[in-house]
Amino acid sequence: MATAPANVEAAGVRSSSRSLFNGDGVARIVTLIFALLTVVITGMIVVQLWVLSAESRHAFGWRFFWSQEWDPVFNKFGALPFIYGTLVTSAVGMLIAVPLGLGAAIFLAELAPRGISDFLTFLIDLLAAVPSVIYGLIGVFILVPLMRTEIQPCLKRTLGFLPLFTGPAYGIGFLTAGIVLAVMIVPFIISVSREVLLAVPREQREASLALGATRWEATWKAVVPYARTGIMGSVFLALARALGETMAVTMVVGNNPRIAASLLGPGYSIASVLANEFSEATGSMYVSALIELGLVLFLLTFIINGLARLLIVVTTQRGSGMAK
Amino acid sequence: MTFGKVLGLALFVSLLGVPVRAQNINAAGATFPYPIYSKWFDEYHKAHPNVQINYQSIGSGGGISQLTAKTVDFGASDGPMSDDQLKAAGFKILHFPTVLGAAVLSYNIPGVNAELKFTPEAIAGIYLGKITKWNDPAIAGANPGVKLPGDDIVVVHRSDGSGTTFIFTDYLSKVSPEWSMKVGKNTAVNWPVGLGGKGSEGVSGLIKQTPDSIGYVELIYAIQNNMPYGLVKNAAGDFVKASLAGVSAAAAGAASNMPDDFRVSIVNAPGKAAYPISSFTWLLIPAQIQDAGKRDAIKAFLNWMMTDGQNDCEGLAYSKLPAAVVVKEKKQIAMIN
Repeated sequence: MATAPANVEAAGVRSSSRSLFNGDGVARIVTLIFALLTVVITGMIVVQLWVLSAESRHAFGWRFFWSQEWDPVFNKFGALPFIYGTLVTSAVGMLIAVPLGLGAAIFLAELAPRGISDFLTFLIDLLAAVPSVIYGLIGVFILVPLMRTEIQPCLKRTLGFLPLFTGPAYGIGFLTAGIVLAVMIVPFIISVSREVLLAVPREQREASLALGATRWEATWKAVVPYARTGIMGSVFLALARALGETMAVTMVVGNNPRIAASLLGPGYSIASVLANEFSEATGSMYVSALIELGLVLFLLTFIINGLARLLIVVTTQRGSGMAK
Repeated sequence: MTFGKVLGLALFVSLLGVPVRAQNINAAGATFPYPIYSKWFDEYHKAHPNVQINYQSIGSGGGISQLTAKTVDFGASDGPMSDDQLKAAGFKILHFPTVLGAAVLSYNIPGVNAELKFTPEAIAGIYLGKITKWNDPAIAGANPGVKLPGDDIVVVHRSDGSGTTFIFTDYLSKVSPEWSMKVGKNTAVNWPVGLGGKGSEGVSGLIKQTPDSIGYVELIYAIQNNMPYGLVKNAAGDFVKASLAGVSAAAAGAASNMPDDFRVSIVNAPGKAAYPISSFTWLLIPAQIQDAGKRDAIKAFLNWMMTDGQNDCEGLAYSKLPAAVVVKEKKQIAMIN
């Protein structure tokens, strides 16, 4: 503490050299470069996709977005079935994963004893590190037969009046892909949400409990809303992963570019068709159309992320409004 | 001197020790012949330590585009290059058939253990979505005595772009005018019906798990995995079960009217023993190679591949080139300069 005034004096004398050598300046420049790199890389990807998809963009124009044809032989390409498949499989995955993940995170952060919570979290983090092809294989060999013989016939018997659950039960399709996606993204939601919930100040809980709330009321009405922004963040991280997942989806989705109302039917996703067809694609128009699909996926992720940000802003404002 | 410096020096000296005339040749392309190509390049390197061929199995499309961009010394493809592609390359490219592949029809019908016979009309009808039941007369007619169920056929195809799909759709285009007009041939097509499985393992997984299904896989894959597969009626009117010899017979049948550039489809080839869903796979070699060392190394390798190399084929379940084709190809080697 005694040296502090001396330091300040010295800084006054040689402020320029100090700002460079005490680390602050260097750290500032280095971190700025790192931050800019992400922007530059993203920009370069977009530019490259834009340039390389020129042939397809000129040939199909906006029609690319709503055309349903995908014909490499006659060079007719449209993205709609793939956009549809990407959105549907991700939506099914999120519908299952969000309640499951949030519930598990609340249990781990608020209700479970610390030891059990840490051990389970370790296992969940391990799940997040499993390569997606493993999830795909588990899907093909375990989930698909189960879906075909048990789950899908059961859905048809009970909910068959809905167009969502009609048609033959192949075992593969939108629903199966959505379930595999849910298993894959749930660890992200749990892991991040738990950290966020644990970071909520004790006073938040204690104040609520002091007002006579039960433990669950304190958790649900005081802790979770406080952590809402972070939880949303975990959900959108999971969504981004679901939209871009390639291997696991392509192994169980059926790889058929058709738009069908039934979740039991086969479909296709953007990432899957890229993985399937890019390596053996011959002909410049074909390659160009595949690259444009990549651009569409980028755009889709961009729009969904934008909507997500908007949602956070809106709900946070409403939250503070309620607090008043 | 620190240990690191000693190590560095030793490494440097050992690098200098490599023969000065070492030829590093880069190639890229088809995945289907990759097992035998990697064996060939490895064996050839052992016999000729100064020649090292690096092969990236990135797919036929990638092989063609890398060769066109001249980022590799030669390419490899499961389908011959089209006239447009050759024109786009801007330099002369020679096709060298290396080995043969075939697609077989595997199926899973509960209660049916017999080897089914398929006519070209039945196969095209099934894949066009016009034949939807197993007991359709088009199938049942060729299989007297087999009790086929009246269930819906579940059609399975490859979802990833592949040489196998090229062979299969090439065959369908040849035997069915309707297929040729509506769907055509390519490494991936707009399938009128069916489920897509990724890779041979994806297709075979779907067939094994789905009752009443049918799908096509590479002959090699079916042999290695003991998958049952059906007989197909060839151009001579005989039902043939796919075998390594049957595929070579198809190539021999096609050899008589082989075009000089080897860009030939041998599906539905003449000959009683010929299996009809067969195809060559090709190496794509530039006709002009500037670097004399590289040129000689590639020519020597091609000669070796067509003689000693062919002996490796059957161990890896590829069909050999017929003798007539080898003779013709050796003449083409002389055209590289």
